[in-house]
Amino acid sequence: MIKLIVYTLLSQVRTLWLVFIKIFQKKDTVEYPDSQPYMFPRWRGRIILSRDPDGEERCVACNLCAVACPVDCIALQKGEMEDGRWYPEFFRINFSRCIMCGFCEEACPTNAIQLTPDFEMAEYVRQDMVWEKEDLLINGTGKYHDYNFYRVAGKKIEGKDKGEALNEAAPIDVKSLMP
Amino acid sequence: MDLEIGSPLTVGLILGVVIVTAALLITVERRLLGFWQERLGPNRVGWFGSLQVVADMIKIFTKEDWIPPFADKFSFVIAPGIIMSVVLLSFAVIPFAPNIGVIDSNIGVLFVLAMASLGAYSVMLGGLSSDNKYALLGSLRAAAQMISYEVFMGISLLGVVALTGSFNLREIVNAQSDGWYIIPQFIGFVIFLIAGVAESHRLPFDIPEAEQEICAGYHTEYSGMKFGMFFVAEYLGLVLISSLITVLFFGGWLGPTFLPPIVWFSIKAFAFIAFFVLMRAAVPRPRYDQLMSYGWLFLLPVSLINLLVTGAIILSSQP
Repeated sequence: MIKLIVYTLLSQVRTLWLVFIKIFQKKDTVEYPDSQPYMFPRWRGRIILSRDPDGEERCVACNLCAVACPVDCIALQKGEMEDGRWYPEFFRINFSRCIMCGFCEEACPTNAIQLTPDFEMAEYVRQDMVWEKEDLLINGTGKYHDYNFYRVAGKKIEGKDKGEALNEAAPIDVKSLMP
Repeated sequence: MDLEIGSPLTVGLILGVVIVTAALLITVERRLLGFWQERLGPNRVGWFGSLQVVADMIKIFTKEDWIPPFADKFSFVIAPGIIMSVVLLSFAVIPFAPNIGVIDSNIGVLFVLAMASLGAYSVMLGGLSSDNKYALLGSLRAAAQMISYEVFMGISLLGVVALTGSFNLREIVNAQSDGWYIIPQFIGFVIFLIAGVAESHRLPFDIPEAEQEICAGYHTEYSGMKFGMFFVAEYLGLVLISSLITVLFFGGWLGPTFLPPIVWFSIKAFAFIAFFVLMRAAVPRPRYDQLMSYGWLFLLPVSLINLLVTGAIILSSQP
């Protein structure tokens, strides 16, 4: 009985002491606006639309990102230029719905849509969370510097016929018997 | 006007300083708790967060002061006032320094105990008039806890009273000039500390307002300034208990003369306030039946034995 009382008392004193010496320990708090955290390059943050090395829009309005998006926050409309290229007439991301899952980036066949390490996206007006194409487009290539979709794809546009793309063989004439 | 016991200037100063200290404790407690949990605590408003209390006060003053339609209006409104005035009245007999104090009463110890008992009314009325099951549970717990822990609180003090031969808190301080009562009355000190924590519903004995079990206990339905009064009264109770421990067991204003007496008093009282915050950071809350059985089956016998032994020693040492 006496042993139990003494043991309990000492245990409480030990607890108090162990908590007290924490006052000298380094604090775990990150004082965020004063000290910015290191953001990893592959962090999934604000979504951007990149351009190819020639400065053209990479997006071909294939709608794969909009299909992949689990919260349906991407809306776009296909348009076609005179030279045969496809482009989005509008491209709209509602960031108040976006969950930064990165599925759109994985679905994109042209590396156009990419996620960046920026996470400071607070707005005072809810409507400001909806970003249009002008807001999303950047003047660079993002994470993939040399990739140009129309130069490697079989799609025929003005100035590049079928079979003229990089690493592409000329199309086979299936109606000919010659090897 | 000069600082002397009972002069209007002294009374006003004590009232103001005590209330401001209690309000500042909100910030101090949050900072200290943060440090003990390896956080920084609120440090944005003002110099190292010192103006946080102003922000809190602005928030609490501008909140809607709502009275539930099902509550009993009269007792709902007076309940926070009772605890506030009762705790402030207790400060009347505390001897802060030889020349600072409100009254020099011969029944100081009894007065403090009586006021602590009256505080139970506020908690009871607040909980009952809210007509809310959590508030009712909280007030039932609070009433039972305060009434049982007052018993040991009083008995643990009697050793000090017997050694001094007076209920006057000033004489108790003066009698400690050749040795603080912490040494002969160590067990009394420990019991008074535990009972004091239970009286002011601080963790680990904050069972009347245990957030995880019963929302906020007896002040669940309170908002705005009425909640603020309960809140500040809790911190006033903390200051009161720390001052009492200082006066009864640690020699009050006594100390080496290179600092004025009031500074010694403040240092000692603040050390105990910090200790109460440390208890909140470190010690978990007991179950309700454990609290009651611990009080009646352990603290009551120990305090009675302490009183008996003290009395026997005093009698045997007399010629």
